[in-house]
Amino acid sequence: MSGNPIDRIATATPAVMAKRVRGLSDRAIAWLFVGPSIVLLLAVNIFPLIWTINLSFTNFRANRLRDAEYIGLRNYERILTDTDTWQSMQATANFLFWTIFFQVLIGFALAYLINKKFKGNDLWTTIIVLPMMLSPAVVGNFWTFLYQPQIGLFNYVVEFFTGIDSSSFSMIGDVSLAPWSIVIVDTWMWTPFVMLICLAGLRSIPDSIYEAAECDRASKWRQFWTLTVPMVLPFLMLAVLFRGIENFKMFDLVVQLTGGGPGSITTLTSIDLKREAFEKWRTGYASAYAVILFVTVFGLASIYVKALNKVKER
Amino acid sequence: MSGFFSGLLRFRRGAWEMLATILIGLGVFMLMQPFWMLAFTYSFIVTLVGTVMFIVVSHFPE
Repeated sequence: MSGNPIDRIATATPAVMAKRVRGLSDRAIAWLFVGPSIVLLLAVNIFPLIWTINLSFTNFRANRLRDAEYIGLRNYERILTDTDTWQSMQATANFLFWTIFFQVLIGFALAYLINKKFKGNDLWTTIIVLPMMLSPAVVGNFWTFLYQPQIGLFNYVVEFFTGIDSSSFSMIGDVSLAPWSIVIVDTWMWTPFVMLICLAGLRSIPDSIYEAAECDRASKWRQFWTLTVPMVLPFLMLAVLFRGIENFKMFDLVVQLTGGGPGSITTLTSIDLKREAFEKWRTGYASAYAVILFVTVFGLASIYVKALNKVKER
Repeated sequence: MSGFFSGLLRFRRGAWEMLATILIGLGVFMLMQPFWMLAFTYSFIVTLVGTVMFIVVSHFPE
């Protein structure tokens, strides 16, 4: 026996097992490796999805023992004619649009600045990505303190720059300001994520391309629009896809900050869905709601992935 | 435009994917727009048709 550890392990394998493994085809070994993942995927993703679709056609309530009755499409009909659901969809659309807009704009600008070589570059990158590493529950909690009209730092900063009395407005208590309060916090927390993805895109552009553009006397402005933007675009689209899906199901941060209020002005679809499922215990109705959201996100993600592939092919 | 319609008639992927994409986009807009309740009511069926169509037609030949 040689002293090589691999040889020793091979020799230590019982003869019966060695024969059995040797008898497996490559395909069988591949299935052996992939099998557990597929079983896990079926158990954790596919089965609950099918079960949810099944429940969406019933009047099942998880807090009652009686059997569920099939009620056809009545849950879907109720959801899609409910003005409160319509309002929560609008709140979600508003939140999605503005968070993605600001995150892409500021994230790209920060990445562009960080990409320039300057002293303390790495330190600034670390400082900027700090918010992303915090728990959304923690962020939600400390921003509620920052937004306090009497003691909150945010109102004092606004007063310092604009002269508006700090105690005259409440970011999370005012109907017109509350949607912006969640947009600000989400932007603060997740802009670093967009920045990191954009930074990866910017760093993947070889310097030789810019040198060639310099030789052709292309202006900095033209270089930015014809080289930088098209080459970072796939990365930017990926960031938008990730943030879009994440924000569509945003829950924890908003619950901690505003709890969906004042009134229902910041009640996003995920909060509405949670209330239907676990406060009103309308499980069948909530399942139909979840199916609607799933189809929407799935449809959007499909066309987005297609667009992303097209951009990458260019 | 005529290429788009001939693509639809010949069951080509590009044209049908475009149609499915339009349906999904329209459905999502209908779902989230603040103007018209009736559009909200029919948004899900439009999105669903678009999404199922997208899955099916992505197996069509180029």
